[in-house]
Amino acid sequence: MARTITYREAINEALAQEMERDETVIVMGEDNAGGEGSPGEMDAWGGVLGVTKGLYHRFPGRVLDTPISESAFIGAAIGAATAGMRPVAELMFVDFMGVCFDQIYNQAAKFRYMFGGKAVTPVVIRTMYGAGLRAAAQHSQCLYPLFTHVPGLKVVLPATPYDAKGLMTQAIRDNDPVMFFEHKALYDLAGPVPEESYALPFGEANVMREGGDVTIVALGRMVHTSLEAARQLAAAGVECEVIDLRTTSPLDEDTVLESVEGTGRLVVVDEANPRCSVATDISALVAQKAFGSLRAPVEMVTAPHTPVPFSNALEDIYIPDAQRIVNAVKLVAEWTR
Amino acid sequence: MTDERILAVTMPKWGLSMQVGKITVWIAGEGDDVSVGDDLADIETEKIAGTLEAADAGTLRRIIARVGEDVPVSSTIALIAPPDVSDDDLDAAAAEARAVIDAGVPEEAVGGPAVETAEVGGRKISYAGTGQDGDVVLLIHGYGGDRNSWLFLQEPMAARYRVYALDLPGHGTSSKDVGDGSVGMLADTVLGVLNAIGVQRAHLVGHSLGGAVAIAATARDPLRVSSLTLIAPSGFGQEINASYLRGFAGAQTRRELKPVVGQLFADESLVTRQLVDDLLAYKRLDGVDAALHTLLGTLMDGDTQRTDSAAAIAAIGGAVPVTVVWGKADRVIPPAQAESVAGAVRHLVDDAGHMPHMERPAEVQAAIEEAITRAG
Repeated sequence: MARTITYREAINEALAQEMERDETVIVMGEDNAGGEGSPGEMDAWGGVLGVTKGLYHRFPGRVLDTPISESAFIGAAIGAATAGMRPVAELMFVDFMGVCFDQIYNQAAKFRYMFGGKAVTPVVIRTMYGAGLRAAAQHSQCLYPLFTHVPGLKVVLPATPYDAKGLMTQAIRDNDPVMFFEHKALYDLAGPVPEESYALPFGEANVMREGGDVTIVALGRMVHTSLEAARQLAAAGVECEVIDLRTTSPLDEDTVLESVEGTGRLVVVDEANPRCSVATDISALVAQKAFGSLRAPVEMVTAPHTPVPFSNALEDIYIPDAQRIVNAVKLVAEWTR
Repeated sequence: MTDERILAVTMPKWGLSMQVGKITVWIAGEGDDVSVGDDLADIETEKIAGTLEAADAGTLRRIIARVGEDVPVSSTIALIAPPDVSDDDLDAAAAEARAVIDAGVPEEAVGGPAVETAEVGGRKISYAGTGQDGDVVLLIHGYGGDRNSWLFLQEPMAARYRVYALDLPGHGTSSKDVGDGSVGMLADTVLGVLNAIGVQRAHLVGHSLGGAVAIAATARDPLRVSSLTLIAPSGFGQEINASYLRGFAGAQTRRELKPVVGQLFADESLVTRQLVDDLLAYKRLDGVDAALHTLLGTLMDGDTQRTDSAAAIAAIGGAVPVTVVWGKADRVIPPAQAESVAGAVRHLVDDAGHMPHMERPAEVQAAIEEAITRAG
């Protein structure tokens, strides 16, 4: 596994390999082919941050540029999925989901159930999330808890290039609607990725680092912040187990519970707002099913309950950083009754 | 070093991708007298844990690498010297070594043998070679393994030989199509790789299924094989651990795979998270599941072995010298089957399971090199 590519390239490669393998796979969204026919770099942008670049010319007729109407093209993708295609639709920023939410939560998520298991809806909705790009309150949110809440949707948040490729491959092959969350700040992250195709199963968390003192459960970009904190803590003699959930629906409860049974201490790190979130969900899970193992209260490190600030200085302190995780870990590690 | 009597103990390079190792425990302490082969320290790499043995005799005068810190490959971790070397000289050498560890991994340290590919029988086959000009050794892994299975052997043997390791079809980065999965097809692949390397004769080392493959390749063309070293080879008896093989082929998650992989070793604590993750990443590649299940049919008929290496080796009829190495604690294929390898020099290895080349690499290396030397 010597080859190293970026998170962006890993997603692109999964799309290309699945399009190669299965002709029902199509890609659609805003600016997937923006600038088509223009010379040089301007030609077929491949989405606003270039994830689908190169696919337009490689797969003629299968990369569709759509009007700026999410309710129309997300609805079209879901409809195409029910009719035998495997569309991968790009909802540019998850912040825009408001205008097409009905199509997702009340249509795609319900078809299998409402039609007695006879309907399948193999659609993937790719979307960007997260703060850090100075994009202000309407282009920086972490709205995955809203989708995790809805039965019938699968919710995927890759943290590494390896996971991005394997989870995208699985998302396309999956027969249910999948919300695929890509963190803007991870696109340039490089890591080892096999050239061959592979699918990573949903509902299997990844233990990124083993340690016996404190369990840190994280997801998306926060996995890397947590690993940085774990490195600092190891130097201070505190060994953390860092778990990347990979998917919030389905959720790998066993890996989290087994770890907390070993450590007795849990810190959940989540970039989303703190109310009704993955952080509160994991905390409740552990409080309910591993209560007897807990040796300290559960700590949550999250963004505050505010919109993402536009001020650079405020945005920087809005996003959980390694120092806050270190502090939370020390709090639970040193906690006494 | 100022005084030539000060001998450096260095961080070994176990495997092509290893850049740093971590000492988990110092078995020997400062002031201990050590002999060649004594256990010095347990070392953990990102792939596997192992024990470092002393390569020199003397008194362990200074321990430099601390437990738990990342130490770049080949930097000095301890100093061995006779008692009459002064403390001042040792302190100076230790300070020098400390600075190297603190400097971390040099930027250009990646290196290692380049992976090459050859087209054999319509399949893309990966192999990697390293070492001196001279005798060529080809290492053939077993079921579910790959060229990195030889991580503890390939680099050390490269000091004396030109050492290649390949990925059989269905494994590593080779094509995942295994056709009928027969031992004959796998043997043809091995001969095809020898052609690609451009050598007429080589010493073959095969582990488990790779042992049966090495024998079949030799039977096809004995003139191309100078010696044959078989490590826990398949095909020398009926008995095999069918639940291990089926468990390996069927495991879908880390939780399922880890206990299965543990059965490969005498000491299950050698199985690190990274080793299991790497195997899982391999098993999840498209086509691997089908390949492993096809090869399961090559290895087993019901719950017993299907391959018959004993007949194949009889056909070679002593034309090629044969050595067999087996871990006494092998839980996959019983070591008693070593008795059925006609005319072979036998080495039974203490404290090793089905992977003696990972658990006791120094002994396996010695057995292979003895076999090569004996072949002249």
